[in-house]
Amino acid sequence: MDPRLAVIPERLKGVSRVVVFCSGKGGVGKTLLSSLAALVAARRGARVGLLDLDFNGPSSHVVLGSAPPPREDRGIVPPEVAGVKLMSLALFAGEAPLPLRGADATNALIELLAVTRWGDLDLLVVDAPPGTGDELLDALRLLKRAETLVVTTPSKLSLAVVARLVRLLREVGAPVLGLVENMGRGGAEAAAAEWGVRYLGWVPYDPAIEEALGNPEKLLATQAAAKLEEALARAGVLKAR
Amino acid sequence: MVHEWALAEAVIKSLEGVGGRVKLVRVLLGELQNVDGEILLLALEELKRGTRLEGARFELEVEPAEFECNACGARWRLSDAAVGEAEREAMHFVPELAHAFLRCPSCGSPDFKVVKGRGVRVEVEG
Repeated sequence: MDPRLAVIPERLKGVSRVVVFCSGKGGVGKTLLSSLAALVAARRGARVGLLDLDFNGPSSHVVLGSAPPPREDRGIVPPEVAGVKLMSLALFAGEAPLPLRGADATNALIELLAVTRWGDLDLLVVDAPPGTGDELLDALRLLKRAETLVVTTPSKLSLAVVARLVRLLREVGAPVLGLVENMGRGGAEAAAAEWGVRYLGWVPYDPAIEEALGNPEKLLATQAAAKLEEALARAGVLKAR
Repeated sequence: MVHEWALAEAVIKSLEGVGGRVKLVRVLLGELQNVDGEILLLALEELKRGTRLEGARFELEVEPAEFECNACGARWRLSDAAVGEAEREAMHFVPELAHAFLRCPSCGSPDFKVVKGRGVRVEVEG
């Protein structure tokens, strides 16, 4: 038997809620919105963790800004940036490329879940990689209480792929909190209705974001953060003020 | 990676449901886990107290890590690879980081598989 699996529920015992940001399509802003969601929730006083599952191309740490290395204490204690506890393979791999195939990705995820000591969290935000491959399927399998939040742009290219993801999430029985439209102004609302998914709102393309990356304070002051906060409140993810 | 204490906790936890008397627990460790056996045993001895494994003996066995290149088919061992201390430490955290730090010694490819010496298994004798 693999003893790592036995300890995962123990490691997540103090975590009230797990929300996986997923899309199926790459480049729609999952990393930005998931990291921003973690920052927004932390600003509202929640105890928040952020797990970057994009093993081949981790970048949550780029959004949050410089994180100190994780500490070893009967497992790994994730470093905290702007009130968000961050865990990412980038904290260990530095800038080296990390070409993981399926079984390796699965092992890396099991390993991370088995050793990360999140402590008590109100919310663990998970940034899923593009696609519906091992990391997403394993996250939904191993994080049994996980809910999902689907991210799309209004582009047909994104909607066509996200439609498949929504069906997949239903088939595996993962609760879908709703759809957030990124870099749009309502263009994906009809698709959400068609799929029977709750439309949580849109986050505009915001040129101020690029310059604010790595600076949590600046990020939280953007219009994107304000609109995302509204969407998260609709999803019931944020604590009431 | 699994840090010795985290790993010891996992081993004890995974045996909670095993019925009957347990005399011997054999922990099979992949070399890639880069675990300090002495600390692991110490942790297991400490954590077994007050559990049904209190009377059990623990044994460790380390399986050497072996890799196979997906590009050229060459096989090699961890001991053949030049790995610095910082990289070893990182791999101790997550063994899959081998893919960030190791390259095929024959053709230089980063695309290889771990054929042996990864992961942890537990066997029990009553």
